[in-house]
Amino acid sequence: MTAATISHAPRRSASRRGNLRWLISDVAVLAKRSLARIAREPETLMDVTIQPILFVLLFAFVFGGAIPLPGGGSYHEYLIGGMLAMGLAATAPGTAVALVTDMSSGLIDRFRSLPTSRSAVLAGRTIADLVTQVIGTVVVAGVGLAIGWRIHSSVADAAAAFGLALLFGYAFTWLGACLGMMLRSPEAAQQMGFVLFLPLTFVSNAFVPTQGMPGWLQPIAEWNPMSALAAAARSLFGNPNPAASVQAWPMQHPELAVLGWSAVLLAVFAPLAVHLYRRKAAG
Amino acid sequence: MGEIPAIETERVTKSFGSTHALSGLNLTVPQGGILGLLGPNGAGKTTAVRVLTTLLRPDAGQARVLGFDVVRQAAEVRHYIGLTGQYAALDDYLTGRANLVMIGQLGRLGRSQARRRACDLLERFDLTQAAGRAVKTYSGGMRRRLDLAASLIGHPEVLFLDEPTTGLDPNSRAVMWEIIRELAAEGTTLLLTTQYLEEADQLASQVAVIDAGRVVAEGTPDQLKGKVGEDRIAVQLAPGSDLAAAVAVVQAQTTGPVDADPAQLLVTAPMPARDGITTDVVRALDAAGVRVSDVTLRRPSLDDAFMMLTGHRAAPEPAPAGGDAGREAATEQGGAAA
Repeated sequence: MTAATISHAPRRSASRRGNLRWLISDVAVLAKRSLARIAREPETLMDVTIQPILFVLLFAFVFGGAIPLPGGGSYHEYLIGGMLAMGLAATAPGTAVALVTDMSSGLIDRFRSLPTSRSAVLAGRTIADLVTQVIGTVVVAGVGLAIGWRIHSSVADAAAAFGLALLFGYAFTWLGACLGMMLRSPEAAQQMGFVLFLPLTFVSNAFVPTQGMPGWLQPIAEWNPMSALAAAARSLFGNPNPAASVQAWPMQHPELAVLGWSAVLLAVFAPLAVHLYRRKAAG
Repeated sequence: MGEIPAIETERVTKSFGSTHALSGLNLTVPQGGILGLLGPNGAGKTTAVRVLTTLLRPDAGQARVLGFDVVRQAAEVRHYIGLTGQYAALDDYLTGRANLVMIGQLGRLGRSQARRRACDLLERFDLTQAAGRAVKTYSGGMRRRLDLAASLIGHPEVLFLDEPTTGLDPNSRAVMWEIIRELAAEGTTLLLTTQYLEEADQLASQVAVIDAGRVVAEGTPDQLKGKVGEDRIAVQLAPGSDLAAAVAVVQAQTTGPVDADPAQLLVTAPMPARDGITTDVVRALDAAGVRVSDVTLRRPSLDDAFMMLTGHRAAPEPAPAGGDAGREAATEQGGAAA
C-alpha cells in the first residue's frame, strides 16, 4: 500500500494566486464538471438537439402551410429566427433542475465548505449552459439550412444575430438559476420551467406572426422578449420579418429591445440568484 | 500550537422558526482529539456540524475552528476543514477519480497536485478499480469511502464526519471505522456525530451527549458507560424453580452483586466481560437442577443512556404523558430542519 499521507501533508499550492485567478479557475472547474456529464450522457442534450429538430420539422411541414405571413416570404426562412429564440429559452429549466439537484444532493454544501469562490457555483453552471446553448444554436442553424433557410445579409449582421441570441440566452439562464434557488425538488423545477416556458414561447411571434392574434393578446406578444429576439434575428439574417410593420416599440427596434431585455434579466436575476444562494447559506 | 483548541463553541444557538436546534452549545476539542457527538435524531448534531463547517450562521454565541471564527473568518476556516455529510455529496455522473480531482481543485490544490492526491486516496481507500466508473454505479459503502476521500483531499486538519456509518452494512461500517481510526492515529482532529453509543465508544477519545441542542453529559466513553450502567445478565426462572439455588449459581458465575426478585422469579447480575458467559450460566443452572424459561443479556442501549443522562426517552415515539412531551416534539422537528 502506498504511504498516502492523509493529513498534515504540505499545505495547498504554495503559489498564492490572486482571488480573481482562483475565481476563474473555480468557474472553469465547475463549468467543465457540468459539461463532463454531457460527454458521458449525450442524451441529456436532447432538449437542445432532438427537440428543436422536431419543432422545426413540425412547423415547417405540418403547421407552416397554414400560417400566412403578412408581407409574404418563405415560412421556412421565417421559422428559424423563432426557433433560435425557443431553443435558447428551452435551456433555462435545465439550469434550474441542475441546481436543485446539486442542492438536494448536498454537493453544493460540499462546495461551500471548500475555499471555493462564493460566486463560482452559479457562474460555472450558467457558463456550462451557455455552451449547451451554442450547441443548440448550431443544431437549429444546421436543420434550418437543410429545410431551405439562408442568411441573406453580411457576415457581420449574421454574427450580430447569433451574438444577440446568445447574450439573451445567457441572461435567461439566470432566471433558471433563480428558479433553481427557490424550488425544492428537481421535478418542481422541471414543471415550473415548462409552465413558464410554454406561454413565453408560444405567445410570441416565434412561430406565428402576432398580426393574427386577438387584439388584447397582441401587445403581450409584441412586448414578449421572445418576439424581440426572433424579430431581431430575422431582420439581421435578412429573413421575412412581418413584425417590422408592427408599431410596438420593441418590434420597431428589436435589436435594442433584445439588448434591453438581456440587461434587465441580468440586472434583476443574477443578483437575485446570488442573494438566494447566499441566503440558503445563512439558513 | 497546542494552545488553541481545534474546535471551540461557546453558547451557540440556532433556531429554525420556533424550533431551537441549538440552545447554548458548548464544546471544546483539543488539536488531535476525537470527539464523538452522540445524540438521537433531532438533538442538533447536524446543525452543530453545519455551523462549524461555515454552512450555517449561528444566531448567537461563538464558534471557532483552530481559533478562526466560523462567521467572520469563514474563508480561513474552510482552508483547514474537511466535511463528510450524512449523504455522500458527489457528482453521480462523474467518475470517482474526476470527483476527487474536481473537489481537490476547488479546494485550492493545483491541477497536477489534485490528480496525484486523487490517485493516492483512491488506492488508499481501495477504489482504484472503480476509479474510472461513474459514481452512480457505486455501492453505498463505496460512495461513503469516496465521500470520505473527497473530504480528505485538501489535507484537512480538522475533519467533520456527520453520521459516517448510518445506513451502511456491518462490513462497510467496519471498513469506515478502520479508516477513521487511522486518520485519528495520524493526528487529524475529528468530530464525528453518531446515534450509536458503540460507535462513539469504538472511535472517540471524548464523547459529548447532546439533547435538545445542548450538551447534557461529557467525558471519556468509559466515564459515560460508568454513568449509564453496565451490561447485565437476566435469568427468568420457570415457575416453581429454586430461587436461592439460582442466585447461588449466578453469584458463582458472575462477579458483582446479584439481584433476586422473588415475585417475578427474576435473577439479574452485572455481566462480566468473558466469552461464553451465557452458555456457562445456562450449563451451571442446568447442572444445579434449576429450570429456566429465559436468559437474556441487557446492554445499555442509547435509549438507556438517554434515560440515564437526560431523564427522558431519546425518541419521541407515542409521546409519554408528562411535561417533556412538547419539548421532545420540538426537538424532533429541529432534526428535520437541521
